[in-house]
Amino acid sequence: MGILDSIPHVTAELPHRPWPRAIVTEAGWQAAIDRLVEGGLTLLGFWGEPTAVHMAMLDGVSAEIAVVTYECTAGTFPSVASPHPPALRLERTIHDLFGLVPAVADDLRPWLDHYAWGKSYPLSGRNASRDVRPYQFLPAEGEALHQVAVGPVHAGIIEPGHFRFTANGEHVVRLEQWLGYTHKGIESLMQGASLEAAAKLANRTSGDSAVAYAFAFACAVESALQIEVPRQATLLRALMAELERLANHLGDIGAICNDASFALMHAQTGILRERCLRAANVAFGHRLMMDVIVPGGVTRDIAPDGVSALHALLAELRKVFPRLIELYDNTASLQDRTVTTGIVKAEYARQFGAGGYVGRASGRDFDARRVIAYAPYDSLSFEVPVLQAGDVNARVWIRIREVEQSVELIEQILRQLGPGELETALPPRIGRDSCEGMALTEAFRGDVLVWLRLDGELRVERCHLRDASWFQWPLLETAIEGNIIADFPLCNKSFNCSYSGADL
Amino acid sequence: MRKTLLESLTHGSLTEPAPAPDDSALAELATKVDRAAQARLGRSLAIREVDAGSCNGCELEIHALSNAFYDIERFGLRFVASPRHADVLLVTGPVTKNMRQALERTYNATPDPKWVVAVGGCAIDGGIFRGSYACVGGVSDTVPVDLHIKGCPPSPTDLLKGLLALLEHVSGKG
Repeated sequence: MGILDSIPHVTAELPHRPWPRAIVTEAGWQAAIDRLVEGGLTLLGFWGEPTAVHMAMLDGVSAEIAVVTYECTAGTFPSVASPHPPALRLERTIHDLFGLVPAVADDLRPWLDHYAWGKSYPLSGRNASRDVRPYQFLPAEGEALHQVAVGPVHAGIIEPGHFRFTANGEHVVRLEQWLGYTHKGIESLMQGASLEAAAKLANRTSGDSAVAYAFAFACAVESALQIEVPRQATLLRALMAELERLANHLGDIGAICNDASFALMHAQTGILRERCLRAANVAFGHRLMMDVIVPGGVTRDIAPDGVSALHALLAELRKVFPRLIELYDNTASLQDRTVTTGIVKAEYARQFGAGGYVGRASGRDFDARRVIAYAPYDSLSFEVPVLQAGDVNARVWIRIREVEQSVELIEQILRQLGPGELETALPPRIGRDSCEGMALTEAFRGDVLVWLRLDGELRVERCHLRDASWFQWPLLETAIEGNIIADFPLCNKSFNCSYSGADL
Repeated sequence: MRKTLLESLTHGSLTEPAPAPDDSALAELATKVDRAAQARLGRSLAIREVDAGSCNGCELEIHALSNAFYDIERFGLRFVASPRHADVLLVTGPVTKNMRQALERTYNATPDPKWVVAVGGCAIDGGIFRGSYACVGGVSDTVPVDLHIKGCPPSPTDLLKGLLALLEHVSGKG
């Protein structure tokens, strides 16, 4: 079993699917951290339970995945973030929610906990309280530095978060993000929820990725229960996922150009985005296609006039989009703003396991649709664009290429759709205490991970949802360094990280 | 670029006729008559959007109001960058406890007369996030609300119907 061969473990005989999970001792946990630090493995997820912590890891070469679990008998666990910075915000979150203490942590400032919940460590099951201390931003020293505080309420119609810039004149010396403002307690609401209620929550973890989350949640449940979904249902799921990708990428391409004061592109892609949402509404009865994907399959077939609506959409995109690409490519004043702006180093993209266009614009060749090859992508043909430059321009081009790929994918799926079963019935209960499943799907901004444990009555005992943004937000801090403050909106939009998805 | 610009001049407009103001919104607003404020504002409203912990679904549809199909500015409704320039706060989300103070401060920074429109199922009563240790509940538990627009998320047409009802009300026609 690959990854676990090199990590000493106590037992791997756990009902965890489709990838193995093993309970490890301190030595095993340390060995896993060492593999992450040396770069042999990539951190896919890191989450807590009241008395345990779990790490999901990916072997980028063999595409193998495994989960290791450390049981925190003394309420502590060896810190992952100290040697491996990509784990930092997740580790601070584990402490905020469960009260488990990473030893020895370099940074244990609260992340999601803004001392407003009326209790500390809300998922720990204990009544411990935490000392309230004002949030300390990291220092920046030097002559003539000044700070600019932005948010949580921003100037545009976007999600809330706080950005603290330290600048020397116009140039950003340090950006530090402080998020958590949209923390809704989704993991606690998941506990004890029926699959139906839990799927609704998954749909609304990050509204722009409703389909991707619902898809991942459903796959995790189906893995746990070891059930197969009818072919027609998987095709419809992918159809919705590609429509969601199209709508978001089109919106982003326009919004990035708009932040470079090129409103024409924004107006044009806004029209195309609206056409996508309208086609989605005709085909699936909801503009964002919420609540169509459920564990076991999908709740409805594509509407009879949905197929022609989608063909009309594809025809429109094929006619208009090439002209917009040309417009982007031939407008020197726009290129002047996007080329060499906000560079993410390839080394950071690899170390952080950055997914989506952030990773793929900086040379990280990972797309869950191809690497995990979950159904139906194992039988569809598509390319995964990868660029090396890592700037705003490269992140725009990845989106442009992915729009083209999604158009082709939708075409392929429409050809394969036929009459067919939409759902596999779930068993009313399972013949044991619990079962566990995990899944990864590719949302428009990167891979979404869902891990869950169901009890014997198929209620959710624990569920953790990990947005791609966890590993992208920190790279935005690196990308803006040395750029001017006025280019921050442009860089930020080129990342378009989720606040709600990462705040949970 | 020339071709794209020319086409948008020569081809017909994409902008759709205005929907009728929402009746239930008019009814909700009818209970809140403030003639003096109405006289001062006329037929134009500046809107400040505040995400108080939404999933971002409502924001996507609020954004769509500015596209060529809905073109919200033709009604005298426009989005502004600061609450100090706003007549209306458009609030989404189940008001997370981490956002409560920011929402209150935004409300206090908005000059009178002002209206608060709560958008989406979460903003009415917390929606599916109700009961969480991290959420307050509906927007009206934190600041006074004049109008609710339902939906998860409400479609741009639903949003427009509600906002047009508010505009009618403010201009004394409701």
